[in-house]
Amino acid sequence: MRKPQRGPSLADSLTSLPQAKSSDLSLEDGSEIAVIGGGPAGSFFSYFVLGQAKRVGLDIRVDIYEPRRFDESGPSGCNHCGGIISESLVQILAAEGINIPPDVVQRGIDSYMLHTDVGSIRIDTPLVEKRIAAVFRGAGPSGLGESSWSSFDAYLLNLAVSKGAQVRRKLVSGVEFEAGRPHLRSPDGLNKGYDLVAVATGVTSNFFQLIDDLEIGYRPPRTVKTFICEFQLGSETIQAQLGTSMHVFLLDIPGLEFAAVIPKGDYATMCLLGHDIDNQMVEAFLASPEVKGCFPNPEMIPEHVCFCFPRINVQSAVQPFGDRVVLVGDCGVARLYKDGIGSAYRTSKAAAKTAVLHGIAMEDFKQHYWPACRTIAKDNRIGKFIFAFNHLFQGRRFSQRAVLRMTSWEQQKKEGPQFMSMVLWDLFTGSAPYREILRRTFHPSFWIPFAWNLVAAVFSRGGGKKIGRPL
Amino acid sequence: MKNSALGRTYADKECIIRQGDVGDCMYVVQTGKVEVVREEGGVEVLLAVLDEGDFFGEMALFEQDVRSASVCSRGESRVLTVDKKTLLGRVQEDPSLAFNILRTLSNRIRKLNAELVRARGRSRT
Ligand SMILES: Cc1cc2nc3c(=O)[nH]c(=O)nc-3n(C[C@H](O)[C@H](O)[C@H](O)COP(=O)(O)OP(=O)(O)OC[C@H]3O[C@@H](n4cnc5c(N)ncnc54)[C@H](O)[C@@H]3O)c2cc1C
Repeated sequence: MRKPQRGPSLADSLTSLPQAKSSDLSLEDGSEIAVIGGGPAGSFFSYFVLGQAKRVGLDIRVDIYEPRRFDESGPSGCNHCGGIISESLVQILAAEGINIPPDVVQRGIDSYMLHTDVGSIRIDTPLVEKRIAAVFRGAGPSGLGESSWSSFDAYLLNLAVSKGAQVRRKLVSGVEFEAGRPHLRSPDGLNKGYDLVAVATGVTSNFFQLIDDLEIGYRPPRTVKTFICEFQLGSETIQAQLGTSMHVFLLDIPGLEFAAVIPKGDYATMCLLGHDIDNQMVEAFLASPEVKGCFPNPEMIPEHVCFCFPRINVQSAVQPFGDRVVLVGDCGVARLYKDGIGSAYRTSKAAAKTAVLHGIAMEDFKQHYWPACRTIAKDNRIGKFIFAFNHLFQGRRFSQRAVLRMTSWEQQKKEGPQFMSMVLWDLFTGSAPYREILRRTFHPSFWIPFAWNLVAAVFSRGGGKKIGRPL
Repeated sequence: MKNSALGRTYADKECIIRQGDVGDCMYVVQTGKVEVVREEGGVEVLLAVLDEGDFFGEMALFEQDVRSASVCSRGESRVLTVDKKTLLGRVQEDPSLAFNILRTLSNRIRKLNAELVRARGRSRT
């Protein structure tokens, strides 16, 4: 397939990175693309590939293979996630013209409540504005009756459909090359060839492991087990207990990297991330007074209405592309522990732009798609360092006290730079790259007061208390 | 669903930005309507009424100048702030992110041209 000759348009010059010689494999009028998986990565890829194609006058067809029905409650419609759409992603999507509608946002989040073994503190958004969205990826937990909210994944899938994508309710069981083109197979006898296959199956199903067999040099990402559960508390209790804050926990529980309780409409979602979370760790977490304090009756935490142990990408895949194949979202490269939906957006858009503007050969993806993945992967290395450092802090009460003291002082003064608050804010929300967070900690205005607070914390042994504005 | 809309709520007539102020962000209307008003020699001229999904204040992203008009809520509205730093940081990695903004700006220029032609036509007759 030869590249069609097109004159450069405004769209071309805006969207292309420095031009490099592309290969001979490219999309042309009538080309067909299969997208396996209709989660955020699959929907974003379809949305952007169709949008870019239209801008350059290319007529292509996109089929999204997705067996889940996101409008169903319970596991059949759920993509197992905390459902936080980060502050930066909310803003960037708005700039793209994608405004998450109020019936999808279960709760707008405007602050974080940090709970440690020695006390809690509230950190407000820099603008005191609801710029973080708490959503359900599917329709909601098992047993949910009538609901006034809609699924986030269904919303994104519909956006892709509005651009012209077709949804095929099928589970894909394999991809094989026949006469140089990738063919999809399904248990019900599908065998269809495509010009390009975008794999967006996440890491919850094992499908991404099968891509190994295509011999394109892909090595799957490393994953670990996490934990999620849902508590049905009712919207009034949620408002009274949790408000519009996301509650994050830095507790001295070995193996636990990060834990959060996220208020939604009628439910609260609890997420535990770390090194292969197991039942014992979940029980230790639920038994801590800081967690119990988030519920109306600390002596009796209600039974969760559903739970699961989904996997999360903690180390990027190697070479998530080949001739006519590209892997986007979690099964390729994702941000460590944070903003997985944001990295699904970034990788999918980069892959879509590459396919339309440069080509669909391995070389094209290597030159134009891989740099976007590499930026995330490099940043994750800094993220690992920050989380390792965070461990030191989590395990020592005096350093927990120092962080609380410094944050409390910053939150109370309201004016002037808030170095510790901003570092914590960006770390929890996933709003800034880890590189940026680390850079801020090198600033003398961060570490001089922090060093002072560490010294002060060694000598003060006051118990923890709630500081900051009430909910 | 009062907790669910994103952004900040503005009451009727409350101004989101004021003409002459220095700005470093743009805004996207989430719900309701806002009015764009310019004051010239003591007279207020209504330039536009913006709806859900429309944005304003985008000039601050490209130039260091002061706001060229005031934007105030018509009835209650909800408006999301987009930081210059967040947006330009991403535009550096992905220049196509500016496409949506440029398309709207180009539409606005097209409308202004049409207005200009109409105004000139009126002044000739
Ligand atoms: C505990 C936990 C909490 C998290 N919390 C957050 C958070 O708060 N915010 C955030 O941004 N990220 C969060 N993440 C990360 C986020 O869930 C992922 O980064 C994001 O879902 C990746 O999107 P994706 O489209 O790549 O994959 P997925 O969301 O997993 O979607 C993959 C889709 O592919 C479909 N599929 C799979 N196999 C096949 C097949 N063979 N044929 C057809 N279709 C198939 C699936 O049905 C699914 O719909 C969390 C992750 C975990 C584990």
